[in-house]
Amino acid sequence: MRRGTEATLALLAAAGLLAAAWAAPWLKFVLTIALAKGIAVLGILLLLRAGQVSFGHALFLASGAYAVAFLAPAAPEALLLLPAAALLAGLLGLVVGLFVVRYRDIFFGMLNLAISMVLYSLLEKLYELTRGTDGIRVEPPRVAGFALTLETYVWAMLVLALVLAVGFGAFVRAYLGSPMGQALAGIKTRETRLEFMGVSARRVLLAAYVLSAVMGGVAGAIVGMTTRHVTPLLAYWTSSGELVFIAILGGAGGALGPFLGAAAYELVRVYAAASFADAWQAILGTVLLLVILFAPGGLWGVISGLLGRRAGRAA
Amino acid sequence: MSGALLEARGLRLAFGGVKAADGIDLDVLRGEFLAIIGPNGAGKTTFLNMTTGYLRPQAGTIAYEGESILGLAPRAIVRRGIGRSFQLPQLFTEHTVLENIALAIAAREGLWSPLAPLLRHRWREEAMEILGRFGLAALAEARADALNEGARKLTDIAMAVALNPRLLLMDEPTSGVAAAEKMAIVETLVRVLREAGVTAVFVEHDMDVVERFADRVAVWSQGRIAALGPPGQVLSDPAVQREVIGIERHA
Repeated sequence: MRRGTEATLALLAAAGLLAAAWAAPWLKFVLTIALAKGIAVLGILLLLRAGQVSFGHALFLASGAYAVAFLAPAAPEALLLLPAAALLAGLLGLVVGLFVVRYRDIFFGMLNLAISMVLYSLLEKLYELTRGTDGIRVEPPRVAGFALTLETYVWAMLVLALVLAVGFGAFVRAYLGSPMGQALAGIKTRETRLEFMGVSARRVLLAAYVLSAVMGGVAGAIVGMTTRHVTPLLAYWTSSGELVFIAILGGAGGALGPFLGAAAYELVRVYAAASFADAWQAILGTVLLLVILFAPGGLWGVISGLLGRRAGRAA
Repeated sequence: MSGALLEARGLRLAFGGVKAADGIDLDVLRGEFLAIIGPNGAGKTTFLNMTTGYLRPQAGTIAYEGESILGLAPRAIVRRGIGRSFQLPQLFTEHTVLENIALAIAAREGLWSPLAPLLRHRWREEAMEILGRFGLAALAEARADALNEGARKLTDIAMAVALNPRLLLMDEPTSGVAAAEKMAIVETLVRVLREAGVTAVFVEHDMDVVERFADRVAVWSQGRIAALGPPGQVLSDPAVQREVIGIERHA
């Protein structure tokens, strides 16, 4: 899809999101979380471009959220906590990445899962430090130096998440079109060729892995500051599965896919949980099955297909 | 031609009881086109794999431009100026032909500009120029997995050429190519490589191609070089005709 069309769609989606949050105030929380998860899934999208699926990326989301929880008392400023969480997650991504980028396919996926479960166990067991499953309460930090009322703070978090989503979305789109992004796709189709072009496939994957960790950390920081309570469940394997679920639901073909998937996931979850308290997981599972069977390119695949056909007719 | 660009001495490598290299001594001279012929399993591809760092010999040395390249990773050897094309073309199948070449150019110049597009003006121009030299310009926007075998082979070699190698190793550049287009393809790639001043080593089964385009021929047999010299001399050797060419012509 052309850059202009995608940018227009992104702007329309951002305006629609703000309008929806204005019309239904309770949606602000849901949409902020959806944007945060969309940012984390953007990172997963980078790895999917190389044909690799991480079943443990909640590790970085949790590390970002806990970075906020640990640092907020000392530095109660959202614009400091966000880069700090990104830096911590990026460093963690570098350490883990140096190990996992040596592996491919199921081994890559399961190693990520295993490492995320190690963090989950540490967060759960080191009670003196993490308060175990009770979690840590996060006081709302200042935003750009301002101590906001709760209502304004919730708006600020939504706008902050939206700005970061647009920024990371634009970055990922450019990255995937760059030589580094194209080399990622090369890992999926002809890794041997990359080596015989003088390129280290591991380094290409490591760069993407660290970027995906940074995005996971930023997402976790937004989640931590929005929910204002972080628990080890953020690192649990089901949280990682949720991110992969969103990636499939939204589609890996473009930078808007993760946000479409995240919004659809959060809204279906909220409505299904409210209307069918005992069956919301079955409803989500059914949605995923329908997407896999009838729209393998995800929601973004459906939309870009429709737009492509329309453009074809107009030509 | 002057001096050896590549010097292999005493290369040995066995897979179990099979000797794929059993004391290979070979100099590749600057500017020459050296053909490697021999029956399947003689160790021809193993020699290419050892030279490009894909396999490590159990004994022996390989020097390129006077320096040992033994133990270097394939990507380090490529950066020193040794290119490689494959019997089964190794193309990025989800990319177009143009993107395949542009990615090779990007690899040569360094990939680390994460926000600039792959098909930036300068790289697109150079990629189109390379495709033009190989007669592939019309296929620039075609996806690599939609090409016929001849175009796939040429694209594979064009990617290697885009890396500006001084020595190019080609594994069966004409295998799988329709007989009608084989000579045209070889003529194209020989012309491009000669113009670029690239020294070439190619494994080949077609004796007409060898006779017409090779400066020298090395005959591989059971991991050893059974004969080495100009095509006219080597291919007329009765032993080579009996043990190698006879087999080749019936293969």
